[in-house]
Formats: sequence, structure tokens, C-alpha cells
Amino acid sequence: MTLMTVERIKLFSTRSPWWCMIITVALTVGLTAIFSAATKPDDLSDLTPAVTQFAYNFGLVVMMVMAALTVTTEYRFGTIRSTFLAVPGRTQALLAKTAVVAGLAGIVGEITAVGSWAIAKAIRPDAPLALDTGQEFRNVFGVGLIYLLAAVFAIGLALLIRHTAGAIVVMLVYLFLAESLLPAIPRIGPHIQDWMPFIVGNNFVVAGQLDTGDGPPVIEGLPFGPWGSLLYFAAVCFGLLALGLISAKRRDA
Amino acid sequence: MIEARGLTKRYGRTVAVNALSFTVQPGRVTGFLGPNGAGKSTTMRMILGLDRPSAGEVRIGGRRYMELKEPLREVGALLEAKWVHPNRSARAHLRWMAASNRIAAKRVDEVLDAVGLTAVAGRRAGSYSLGMAQRLGIAVALLGDPGVLLFDEPVNGLDPEGILWIRQFMHRLADEGRTVFVSSHLLSEMALTAQDLVVIGRGRLIAQTSTKSFIESAADSSVRVRGPELARLHSVLAGQGLAVQELPATEDTPATLVVRGSSTEAVGELAGAVGLVLHELTESRGSLEQAFIQMTGGEVEYQAGGGAAPASSGLAVPAGAQAPFAPPGPVPAGAPGFPPPGAVPPPGAVPPPGGGSGPAATRETASRGGQEGTQ
Repeated sequence: MTLMTVERIKLFSTRSPWWCMIITVALTVGLTAIFSAATKPDDLSDLTPAVTQFAYNFGLVVMMVMAALTVTTEYRFGTIRSTFLAVPGRTQALLAKTAVVAGLAGIVGEITAVGSWAIAKAIRPDAPLALDTGQEFRNVFGVGLIYLLAAVFAIGLALLIRHTAGAIVVMLVYLFLAESLLPAIPRIGPHIQDWMPFIVGNNFVVAGQLDTGDGPPVIEGLPFGPWGSLLYFAAVCFGLLALGLISAKRRDA
Repeated sequence: MIEARGLTKRYGRTVAVNALSFTVQPGRVTGFLGPNGAGKSTTMRMILGLDRPSAGEVRIGGRRYMELKEPLREVGALLEAKWVHPNRSARAHLRWMAASNRIAAKRVDEVLDAVGLTAVAGRRAGSYSLGMAQRLGIAVALLGDPGVLLFDEPVNGLDPEGILWIRQFMHRLADEGRTVFVSSHLLSEMALTAQDLVVIGRGRLIAQTSTKSFIESAADSSVRVRGPELARLHSVLAGQGLAVQELPATEDTPATLVVRGSSTEAVGELAGAVGLVLHELTESRGSLEQAFIQMTGGEVEYQAGGGAAPASSGLAVPAGAQAPFAPPGPVPAGAPGFPPPGAVPPPGAVPPPGGGSGPAATRETASRGGQEGTQ
């Protein structure tokens, strides 16, 4: 608990997390508002809870950048050494950081998800936006869990790379190019893609959804159902974090 | 008390710290002296558990840093003043450090007051001058009221007022019975600050001794004397059994005699007794710089000539004392007119053993002398 207090003070005593959180919420909720307002009356039946989450990946990237920054700026400014001087048990200190940062990312994720859904409902009260089925709850509230786990992924990556620019470039290239360009490889590409963590993680949110082309992308025939997908995604994220923790423990600070 | 035993750090094939053993006693200021790149900071980081030693270990009060429960209460360290997020205020920085070791929040205001930063505690640490950042670093070190304090180059970049303040501060901490270990490459500063010295060069221990005996053992004093009748002066002084050495004239300085083991009074009276006119009579006192250059100069030669030098952990005072005498210091250390590297070595310079590598090593010693002299 003490260590989480420490990380909370650290996180909120600089401005960049606040900016990241504001941008995340503004981006996702704003885009959903525009989307809802621009939907033609004829297509109103397509404006489902899943579709209101179409922008969640934008905010996700911003939150992952924030999570990576909480680690790389500590290396950049040497505060990681102050941290390890105060708490020589590096794993504990970094787990506390992960808990605080990922927890915050999860909360922000839920805010963006509920905010996006609510603003769509406010703009288009006639659209079929009621949350009735488990799938619809997952469509909206599942987004926060993806944010949380993606933040864990980003922290793990940042612990391995340590440099802000390097960590963010690797993260963005991976998210926007590596996972989505894999199907370009003949025959095996699409099969490999089925096991890519963010594709699988996204499946937790959208599984069972018809791909209307509006909401987050739906890829059919993934190896797991929604909850299996979430577990697989979580395993990959925490696996990467474990690698990062081992690296931090072994290497000189 | 800090005890290092066989402490070694390798980076690939480079040995940054080589089998270093020393003890730092409480109640005194112990200086940690060495040229830039000698391994001082690496050693400090190993003491604090930031770097993992390749071999050996270091204990603080009998325990390794990793084993300390709330380390800030036992060890305070200022390694680099800029280890602060530039967009975080000094107070927020101290607040999280305090929280991590369950140190009461009011202690934050106490240490801010102790270092005189109360008025600017709410400002971004990135806007601080080096002197202010250094004070913040000291506030961090004092936060847990620790019995052991480590400072790495604390006076670097400070103005005279700041240097004086830090020096008095460290003496006060030592007088309170704390262990104070402070590194520096500024030898004259150490002469004023430290009672004990741990001297290293190229990662090896050169000496662990009191500052006073370090200077006495390594640097002797000499008298420079000059006059129009130099040859007569030479024979008069030599006739009294004094060790006289003649420095030939250079572009900047006329020919001068250097007398060892004597005083300005004795030389002046001898010259006066035979009615000789003097143009210069100065005492060039042994300084920490000279002592240091002699000792590390030996270390440089050892490295250059030795090649595959056997590692030895017991390279304490005797090794330094046995080191071949570097060019005798006819010029007081710190004087601007020290001959540039490559200049003709002063006569009487003992050629270092090791044959072919000798001249190179001598040059290196001389150039180092020049560098240290300007600092």
C-alpha cells in the first residue's frame, strides 16, 4: 500500500498523465459524438453499443503511451535510481507502479467506454443502444479491461527498452503495422494473426458481433471465445511484464 | 560504517573497479579521491545497490543495501542532483521519497528548511539552478535522518558560497557521529573537507590514509631561488650540503634553482651571508595535487608498462610510495605556467622503469599534471 501511495504521488505530480487522460477521453468520446451525429437516419439501426466503441483504439494508444512514459521518464531523468534507493526491492516497486498505472488506465478506459456509449445515446436516443445482453455489456464495459491490460503490456515493453522514443516507436509499429499487416504473408499470415495479442484482446470486446464495418474490426474464426481471448491477452501482457521485471532486476539501474 | 571487500565491476572487458577494499569510519569525513573515470561513481552506485558488483561486496553497518528495510532512514545519498523529474516540484519529489520509507510528511518541510529551499519548494525542479538542485539532492539525502551519508562530487559546479556551505555541512554531519563519504576529483577541496582519504586510480586502491599523512608521505616541499649569479649561488647552497637542482632558462622563466629539504629562511640567510642578490625566493609547498599526481602517475606507468598486470588487492600505501617518482614539481601545482605535454622533462626526472614505455608514461604524467593544475 505504501508503495502504491508513492507511485500515485509520482504519477499525479507531473502534468503529462493528466494530458494523456484528457486526450484519451476527448478523442474517443468526441469521435463517437461526431459519428453518432453523422449517422444517417436510415442507418440508425446499425448504431449498436459495439459501434459506439469504434474509436477505443485511439484512446488505447494514448493510454499505452502514458504507461510507457511512466517508466521511460524515470530512466530518462534518473528518478528510477531515486526509486530504487528508496525501495531496493525493485520488483515490488515496479509492481506497485504497474498496479497504479494500469489501474488508472482501466478506469480511464471505462470512462471512455461509458462516455462514448452515453453520448451516442444522448445524441441519438432512438438508436438501439440499450445494454441488455452479456454481449452488449462486454461491448462497452470490456473496453476498460483491454485498457488495463494494454497498460501492463506497455510497462513491460518500456522496462525492456527504457528509452521513450524507442519504446513508443516499437509499440506503435507493432500495434499499427505488425499485427494488421500479417495477413499479407501468403497462407500462414492470417493464421499467425489469429494469435496476435491485440487481435485476440479485441476479440474479447467484439466476439459474437456481426462485422458491420462500423465498429471495432471483427475477425472471424479466432481460436478463443471472448473470455478465453481475454485470458490469452492477459497472459501475453503479464508475460511481457515479467520479462521487463527480470530485466530491471538484473541490469544496473 | 562502510566496508568494501574485493569490490570489482567489469563492463565487458573493461575493468572499471578492480578488487577495491576499504573501510569508511563513522564520525569523520572520508574523501573518495580519484581522477575523472577512476571508478568513484561506479563504486558509489555499487555501495547503494544500483549497480551489481561483478565480484566482491560492500556492506553498510554489516548489511548489504538490498537488505535494508527502510534504506533512506539508514543511508542518505546524493549521487546526482538532477535525479528529479524536471516537471515535479521539489516538495512533491521529497513527499514521494518520504512516503516510500514511512517518513513523516513534516520531515519534508524540515529538510527543505535545513537546505534553505522552503521559498521555492513549490517550483518545478527543472527550473532550479545547479546550486539549488544540489541543495535539493542534499535534502533528499537528509530526509530519513540517516547515519551514513554518501555524496558524489557535491561541490561540482557550485559557487564559492555553495562550496563553503557544503563543506561546513559535511563537517557538522560528521561531528554528529555520522559516517560521511564524499567523492571528488578536486583535490584541494578534499584537503579542506576530508579527514581521511580513500584514493583510487583506474579502479584500484592507491591509498587509504588520513589526509595529513597522505600529503606528508607523498609531497615534499621545496624552495625556488633565483638571482643574477646563479652559479655562485648554486655552489654556496650545495656547499652547505643542500640538494640543489638547476632548472635551465625557458622562454617564460629564467634559470632557477630548486632546493629540497630546506626553507626560505635558511636559503635566504645563506645567500645573505655571502652577499648574494636574490631575484626570487619562494616556497613551493607539497600539495595534495602533487601527492596525487605522483601516486596516480605511478599507476599510469604501471598500466602502460605492465600490460598484463597481475591483479592485487593489497595495493595500499606502500605501492603508492614505491611508485617511481614523477617529475619533481618545481612549479607549484595550480600554477598556470606548467610546461605543456611534450616539453623537455625537467632534469633529474627519474626515468620510470619499463624501458620503451617510459617516455610515453612520463608524458602522460606531465599532461595529467597540466590538466589537474588548471582545475
